Amino acid sequence: MGTDNRKIQLQHLAWRAGFGTTLPTIAGWMKQRRREVVHEVVNGAVKTTPESVNVIAAKDLPDYRQVKTMMPEEKKALQQMNNQGIKDLNVAWMQMMVKSAYPLREKMSLFWHGHFACRTQNVLFNQQLLEVIREHALGNFGTLLQAVSKSPAMLQFLNNQQNRKQHPNENFAREVMELFAMGRGHYTEPDVKEAARAFTGWGFDATGQFVFRKGQHDDGLKTFLGKQGHFDGDDILKILLEEKQTARFITAKIFRFFVDDQPDEERVTQLAANFYQSGYNIQQLLQELFLADWFYDRRYLGNRIKSPVELLTGLRRTIPMAFEQDEVMLVFQRILGQVLFYPPNVAGWPGGRSWIDSSSLMFRLRVPQVILYSQALDVQPKALMPEMGEGANYKMTLEINAFLKKQFAKKVNARIDWNPYVEGYTGVSRENLATEIAGVLLQQTNGISRSLLERYADSSTRENYIKTITIDVMSTPEYQLC
Amino acid sequence: MLILNRRRFLQVGSLAATSVMLPRFLKAMEKEALVPPGNKVLVVIQLSGGNDGLNTVIPYRNDIYYRSRPSLGIEREAALSLNDELGIHPALKGLKGLYDEGALGILNNVGYPNPDRSHFRAMDIWHTASEASEYRSDGWIGRYLDAQCRGCDKPTQALEIDDTLSLALKGVHTNGLAMTDPARLFSTSNDRYFNDLLQQHATAGSATDHAADYLYKVMGDTMASAAYIRQQYKVRPSGASYPNTDLGKHLRIIASLIASDINTKVYYVSHGSFDTHTNQQDQQQRLFQQLGDAMTVFTDDLKQQQRFEDVLIMTFSEFGRRVSQNASGGTDHGTANNVFLMGGGLKKPGLINEGPDLSDLREGDLQYKVDFKSVYATVLNKWLGADDHTILGQRYDMLDFI
Repeated sequence: MGTDNRKIQLQHLAWRAGFGTTLPTIAGWMKQRRREVVHEVVNGAVKTTPESVNVIAAKDLPDYRQVKTMMPEEKKALQQMNNQGIKDLNVAWMQMMVKSAYPLREKMSLFWHGHFACRTQNVLFNQQLLEVIREHALGNFGTLLQAVSKSPAMLQFLNNQQNRKQHPNENFAREVMELFAMGRGHYTEPDVKEAARAFTGWGFDATGQFVFRKGQHDDGLKTFLGKQGHFDGDDILKILLEEKQTARFITAKIFRFFVDDQPDEERVTQLAANFYQSGYNIQQLLQELFLADWFYDRRYLGNRIKSPVELLTGLRRTIPMAFEQDEVMLVFQRILGQVLFYPPNVAGWPGGRSWIDSSSLMFRLRVPQVILYSQALDVQPKALMPEMGEGANYKMTLEINAFLKKQFAKKVNARIDWNPYVEGYTGVSRENLATEIAGVLLQQTNGISRSLLERYADSSTRENYIKTITIDVMSTPEYQLC
Repeated sequence: MLILNRRRFLQVGSLAATSVMLPRFLKAMEKEALVPPGNKVLVVIQLSGGNDGLNTVIPYRNDIYYRSRPSLGIEREAALSLNDELGIHPALKGLKGLYDEGALGILNNVGYPNPDRSHFRAMDIWHTASEASEYRSDGWIGRYLDAQCRGCDKPTQALEIDDTLSLALKGVHTNGLAMTDPARLFSTSNDRYFNDLLQQHATAGSATDHAADYLYKVMGDTMASAAYIRQQYKVRPSGASYPNTDLGKHLRIIASLIASDINTKVYYVSHGSFDTHTNQQDQQQRLFQQLGDAMTVFTDDLKQQQRFEDVLIMTFSEFGRRVSQNASGGTDHGTANNVFLMGGGLKKPGLINEGPDLSDLREGDLQYKVDFKSVYATVLNKWLGADDHTILGQRYDMLDFI
């Protein structure tokens, strides 16, 4: 295995298990064995508890029990807190993805954020759910599933608050089975009905805490996936985890996210068996994945389309920058088709080639120029759909829409700190610079020759040369891939 | 603080359309376009936000209507009569004109089983033509493109007049193209650097299904399409005086493109927002005025071009609204709704079916009588000459408006 091959493989690891990395980091990894690098990536360089991305303390929010009796001004203030809070949460989480020394936690959280897709207009609920996901992202899937299922955000989004003994609402039970655990086709309609009965009584109170409302729970005998008992919600989750299909469903989805759109049956089967054996240890599953020789197969290298959030995060990790208005990230996300906390539906973002159409691709190719040359954002994103219109909060989405609209034709002002990036190339000779830059930023460099890059470069100074070559390399179709 | 200020990316290369060459291997993938002969065109107007159908086509003889909407109901005298039972919103004079000349068809009670009252879910269902319980990531027009022009030479069969593309126009293999301005589309896509990249990839690349080849294919298609659209747009730009509204501007672009011999079969445009929880009257009035005014100029323009018979315009909204008004002078999310069909080629204009039955509600909502997928099936099959069964995955009853 040649040096270049190894370098590309390490870049592959850095992209799949995170959001790419810099030349100095790769250079450091080159001196280590794969096992050591993978260990570091999977466990984080330093042992720390996850850093919080919280933007609001529950006690700083008004008492939701009193919303009904609030004066109009108070209601308005509450709405603004929610509105601003969700924007802040989006920005704070992206910043964490950009700066984290343990990017796998954020990458895996991004995966779960799509898997446990949820929309709520309540900033506290969003924050709680994200906290649960980030805490357990690399922990035990069973624990994660249970915590997510008991989060007010999810109970509200999937209508379990309306799931009562006399009047079962099947939405929550169905989605837990179809989207969170087993996947379609592995259970029957009667299973859904019985599971819905078991989840009756699961709800949340006005302070945003899970509550089991005993009076609304149907304690009768249920038959679920061939088992009988007086099941409650916890029992249903336990039975779902006992099903090997759940391990398989999750593993296949993880394979699609980290490896390839087309899951390799044999490898998924093997990984799923070990995942099940381990009692659903997520970290162990990822470790096995990143250690496997086949993970570094040529056909997987640079064959995955970055999601919009990965693209933006990767760009910002490569070149440090501070935006005059951080919320501008929401506009980029919206134009490219992935706004955090606004998944398109309960199934999350479909990913893969669905990220790409004419307009999204042409905008992607222009993103580095728009940011790094401070160009105007001349694309008008579509409005977000206001939700929960019958409640008090639907105006929030309208406000976010107004914000998106306001950014139109405005320049993207960012303070770009080129120094660390440019310094990363110290020691690289001028004649090797273009090739080296392309070799770090791209996993596939077939079509991009040095002569082509030279033609468009600003050669007035070494620094300008590095910058312009970098922007040009980032403006290629290949940079959309990792 | 700007370090760099290069303007290369803002310069439009002086590229003739012919210089946008597709890579060789992509040329090999091209097939003959399967778009059926004839010059029928479909224009879809999305009324975003859930338009209140009951105040659009008004059952002005119905006591339940007025009881449910004490202040929001449109008075009988104000509504523009269609027949003894129904009238159209007073701001829709333009549409009333079309109705009188036999160029407007109204389908009432259009919906689907187990309606969803969430905007984004309901909109997804309309865009993808899925069942309410099913999640799809391809749209019905996108699947039309997949069926009709996979590997087309000029992938401009479906155009959305917007900066970003709607789910309705996303296929599995082929997507529609979104743009608000042919000149801007051309200037941002036909960049010298992108052209050089494309050429270089063509030289180095081979026909594979690698993601990079896919991206280059989309990029090449976009650049070729941008050049083609700009060229066609210049052929016969419309001289009609469209209202200075977004919808007016967008319909002007559509009319100009229809006048050229561009290969576009489907145009898609949105108008809104009709999400009228509060103070509905003003908002709906304003939006309808814009819609009616723009449609009048647009249809006159098409008549002038002798193309009115070839164009079918269809409006839809993700849901109708509740029968009862709410406490803040608005209406909340409901279910079944009306669909307008306009054009010179309607076989059955006027009121195509019965108006809403307000005495047979379900939890305060209208019950649907016509599945919207039947409307799609009819349009696909009878208007666009496409295989509706393959595209929709199921057979739906054909309607007889065209």
